[in-house]
Parts: sequence; C-alpha cells; structure tokens
Amino acid sequence: MSSVSHVAAAHMEPMIAAGPSGPRPRRSFSRRNIFIYGTLALVSIYYLLPLYVMIVTSLKGMPEIRLGNIFAPPVEITFEPWVKAWAQACTGLNCEGLSRGFWNSVRITVPSVIISIAIASLNGYALANWKFKGADIFFTILIFGAFIPYQVMLYPIVIILREIGLYGSLSGLVIVHSIFGMPILTLLFRNYFTSLPEELFKAARVDGAGFWGIYFRIMLPMSLPIFVVAMILQVTGIWNDFLFGVVYTKPDVYPMTVQLNNIVNSVQGVKEYNVNMAATLLTGLVPLIVYFVSGKLFVRGIAAGAVKG
Amino acid sequence: MTSVSVRGVSLNFGSVEVLKSLDLDVEQGEFIVLLGPSGCGKSTLLNCIAGLLDVSAGQIFINDRNVTWEEPKDRGIGMVFQSYALYPQMTVEGNLSFGLKNAGLPRAEIDKRVARAAEILQIGPLLKRKPSALSGGQRQRVAIGRALVRDVDVFLFDEPLSNLDAKLRSELRVEIKRLHQRLNNTMIYVTHDQIEAMTLADRIAVMRGGLIQQLDTPHTIYSKPVNRYVAGFIGSPGMNFIEGALEAGGSPAFKVGDAAIPVDRYQTVNGGGHSGAATFGIRPEHVAHDEPARNMPFSREVEVEIVEPMGSDTLVWSKIGDQSLSFRVDSERYLNVGDKVLIGFDPARASMFDAKSEDRI
Repeated sequence: MSSVSHVAAAHMEPMIAAGPSGPRPRRSFSRRNIFIYGTLALVSIYYLLPLYVMIVTSLKGMPEIRLGNIFAPPVEITFEPWVKAWAQACTGLNCEGLSRGFWNSVRITVPSVIISIAIASLNGYALANWKFKGADIFFTILIFGAFIPYQVMLYPIVIILREIGLYGSLSGLVIVHSIFGMPILTLLFRNYFTSLPEELFKAARVDGAGFWGIYFRIMLPMSLPIFVVAMILQVTGIWNDFLFGVVYTKPDVYPMTVQLNNIVNSVQGVKEYNVNMAATLLTGLVPLIVYFVSGKLFVRGIAAGAVKG
Repeated sequence: MTSVSVRGVSLNFGSVEVLKSLDLDVEQGEFIVLLGPSGCGKSTLLNCIAGLLDVSAGQIFINDRNVTWEEPKDRGIGMVFQSYALYPQMTVEGNLSFGLKNAGLPRAEIDKRVARAAEILQIGPLLKRKPSALSGGQRQRVAIGRALVRDVDVFLFDEPLSNLDAKLRSELRVEIKRLHQRLNNTMIYVTHDQIEAMTLADRIAVMRGGLIQQLDTPHTIYSKPVNRYVAGFIGSPGMNFIEGALEAGGSPAFKVGDAAIPVDRYQTVNGGGHSGAATFGIRPEHVAHDEPARNMPFSREVEVEIVEPMGSDTLVWSKIGDQSLSFRVDSERYLNVGDKVLIGFDPARASMFDAKSEDRI
C-alpha cells in the first residue's frame, strides 16, 4: 500500500505553492548593517588617525610642519627625518641615532625570548603531563607571581643583580625579562599541553619515549601555534619594555625604547617633530611586523590555549 | 602458562577506591574482555596492567615476571587506544617505527617488522601518509599496527572501536578476531559494548564498582549470570525480571500474581530448598509463542501492549501478573496492540535471583 503511493509521488511534478520559497532575501542597506559598519568605521578612524598623522609628519620637512596643517599630506615627500632618526639623532653626547638602541634591543629581545619560552614550555609540559607531588601548589605560586606589581620587585632585583655582578649589563636585563615572562608563559603552555589528548602521551610512553623524547618528538611538533603566541607576547612585551630597560642598564646599552624617549625628550635646540615621529615609527616597527606576519597563528594559538583550564 | 596475572591490585585516587583488591589470571593466548559501564574501573585496570598508572597495592605479573614497578615499555605489552592516539606529525611509517627507534633496533629489523605489520593489516599503501589523511578505520588499523610491530606477547585494547561508526565497528571486530587467531597472543580488551564482548572473548570479566562480578565464557555469562547485575547487563534486548515469591516443597514454584511457574526443572546453584522473595529472569528470546508455547512447562495467554519491529524480528511487550514481559516473535508474525497471544517458556533456561542479595539461586 505505502510502496504504491511512493512510486506515484516520484512521477509527479514538484508542486511549489505561491509564497516564500528558497533563501530568505536580505537587504544590504538595512538599518542594522548601517549601524554596525558605521560604528566600525568610526572606531577604525579613531585608532588610525594618529598613525596617519605620524606617517605624514615624518615625511615632511620642518618648514612644512611649521605651517601647522597636521592632517595635510606632505607637499614634498622627504625621507631625511627617517635617515636622521636612524643614524644621526643625538642623545646626550653620542649622535649615532636610534640604530645603536635597535641593536641593543635585538640583543636583549632575542635571548630573552628564547630562554623564557624554552623554560616555560618545559615547565608547562612537566606540569601538564608529569604530575609530581606538589605540582598544583607549585603552579599556584608561579601564577601568583603574575599578580605582584613590578614596582615592588624593582629595587630588590637591583641589589640581586649588583651582588652577582650583572647590574647594568645586557645579560642582567635578559635574566630579568626571562624570569618575568615565566608565570604567564607557563600558564599558557600548561593549558595548551593539557588540551592535547592524554592518550597520545600514554601511547608514547608505551612506545618507550621518555621525558625528553616525548617533549621533543611528540609535544613540540604539535605545538607550533602556542609557540607563536608565546613568541609574539614575549617579543612585543620585551621590545616595548621601558621600565626594566631604564632601571637595569647603562646608557651605552639602553634598549631602543629608552633611547627613543631620550631623543624625543631632549630639551636642547629645535623640536624636530618629523624626526621624532620617524624615530617612534621605527621603534614600533618590530612589534607591528610581528603582528602582521603571524596574526592568524596568534589567534589560533590563543583560542587553543585559553579554552581549557 | 599464565600470561598476565593481577594479584590483589587496588587503586585509589585520593579517597576514591577505583579498584578494590582485584584478582585476574589470563592464560597464554587467551582473549579476555573487560566489560562494564563507564566508571566501573575497566580502563583503569588496563592502564595498571600497561604500567601507565601506578597501583596502590598488589602485584602485576606478565609472563611470570613481576612488572609492578616496571616502565610500560619494559613490560612486553602493546596498547591500542580509543582515540587511536597516532602521532599527528609523523607518517604512518613513522608512527609504526617510533617505538622501535626508541628501543634502538637496527634499521633493517625495523623495516622488516613494519613491512610485516603493514602486510597483516593491509595498510601497505598508506605507509607514506599522515594520520590526518586516513579514515577512522584506517587510523585504528595503524594503531593496532603500532602494537603489532612491538612483537610482544600481550595486547591491550582500550575501547578501540568506540569511535567508529556501526558498520566499520563490525568489520574491524571481525578483523581483530582474525588477528587473534593468526597471532595467537594474549589480548585484553576493554569495552562497554556487550556485542563486542560476546563475539570476541574467550572469557568475559563483567566489572562493577572496581570489582569483577563474573569471569567466565560468554555462553556461561549469558545463560547462567551469577547475579542480577550481570544478567541485566548482558543481552539485548534485556532480560525480563519478574518479582515474586519462590515456594519450596515437593513441586517448587515461582508465584507471581495468579500465575505459578513450576521451577522443578531449574538447576539451583546449591541444592535448592530456597523460598521467599525472589526475582525470576527470562530472556525475551527464550519465550516461545503460539504453537511451540503449548508444549512448554509454563504457558499462558497474554495481551499485546507494545510492538517494536526491529527488522530481523519484532519485540512484543505484554504483562504477566502486573509486570512487564517482553518476547521476540518472527518479523512476519503481525501482532496488533490488544491481540491475545499464547506464550510459554522453559524455566530451565531462566535465572532466579534472591530478592535481597541479588545473587543467583
């Protein structure tokens, strides 16, 4: 009985009644869309305008700046301020420009990032997979470190560095940066490693891999996103650091941020806005490039590491 | 020869007792299935045998060697996990050879073993692929291969088929059975699927609350469950349980409502003479209907209440006394709600349990 009606149905033309059918029509200029995109555009302008002003000013000559039209594009584009900021701007007695600070910052950032990530990822791996007695307490104490204000530790660290003879040197600052990155990076790595399937770790143990074997051959290759996140956090954090740089180093090893401050805030002579703008842009270039290059991985890693606690 | 021997093993997570002084002896070449609902400790027991969890008390012997304190890699076991646990960044070949490289085997030996495993499991064409490019069934084959190349005497399976769809599951089930017949090594297999347990096992250990309730052949577990829990867990659709009273005497009978089921043909565990509140268990497939029911020691006319067609046969629900009773009829026997049908069964095929202790009478 029922099979007969099925056969009959198959031979009939499909009947479409009048009225709504198929996808629902959408208007692109609805009130909702105008509101959303309008807000987004406003916020973007708010954030991008200062950057625009900095770029155009850095490309103008001083006479043009004195006219006072800060929003006007440069009539005559000149790269002179950029060259001056990089190679000739004076801080105190030396007039080598920002280049010296740039290389100092590189020499601070690269080892700090490598050391802090290497240690923190091992910490996170041990805390996630090789639960030892008191692991949770250790972790809590470590995380607590993230909430202690830096100002409290500033002076004690000065004394510690002086006692071990590293005060005022680059390596002293590298150590400080590595230690201060530890709490948040360990949290990041531990959460990420916890989110990896536990059976993978068990399988590797059955396969005879030990602590280091599992870390290097199984965990590391699976953790690229979280390493990128950690790298971005550390590169931008350490590159942008001013406080530790100014406290723990001496003028000839000042990082770029401190040197930028000294150039911009120097009181002698004319304020060269174009040079200042160019110097600031140069200093911000490194974090900016890091974000642009690895933005996608960053978001992926943050999402992967943050969800599971 | 005893292949795996678990002696008085307990495991506590804090104050929670997961395994309670558990004993289990597995013969060489035997296929043992640990069966139970989630949280019964079956996977925990397997992890203890593998050495992935440290026991709180007791000993574990593998091939008559005390391995209680040994690392997993030194125990002579291979393990297959539910989620396959393949190393995602390695090719299939890399996955298979990882353990052998760790053990420091020469290249030629590794190649030989990988080739043999690939041949047995028919994964040769997949060797150069990454796990992400494999289907679920292929992944689980590779995972089995990873245990295979280790050339060990004991295989441990932790719900290996649970992540697969029904069709693949039955295919791989047959394949695991074939593998066992070919290799003839000891296999301990954890599952919550009773079909897998019945089809694969030489012996099944039904577990509950960290204890083994019954350890026996699938047939004995099915036909003579030691308690009501095992009886209810095994069999699908489940056994009918009818509450009533057992009356001893010259012609012992089980009374429920106005019905008296003669149980003189029922074999009691220890002699008989039981009386008092009891549960009578009969499987739906052991209830006859229509003509064959007439010759059964107990028969009765019942009214059809619910009909569940399942394709191969139809499950019919009715009442005896005022308690539910289901039975299977051929799918060609059309019954409607309200129909009267004659049913009957042989109490010799039934199981009776004490109402209080729930143990088999």
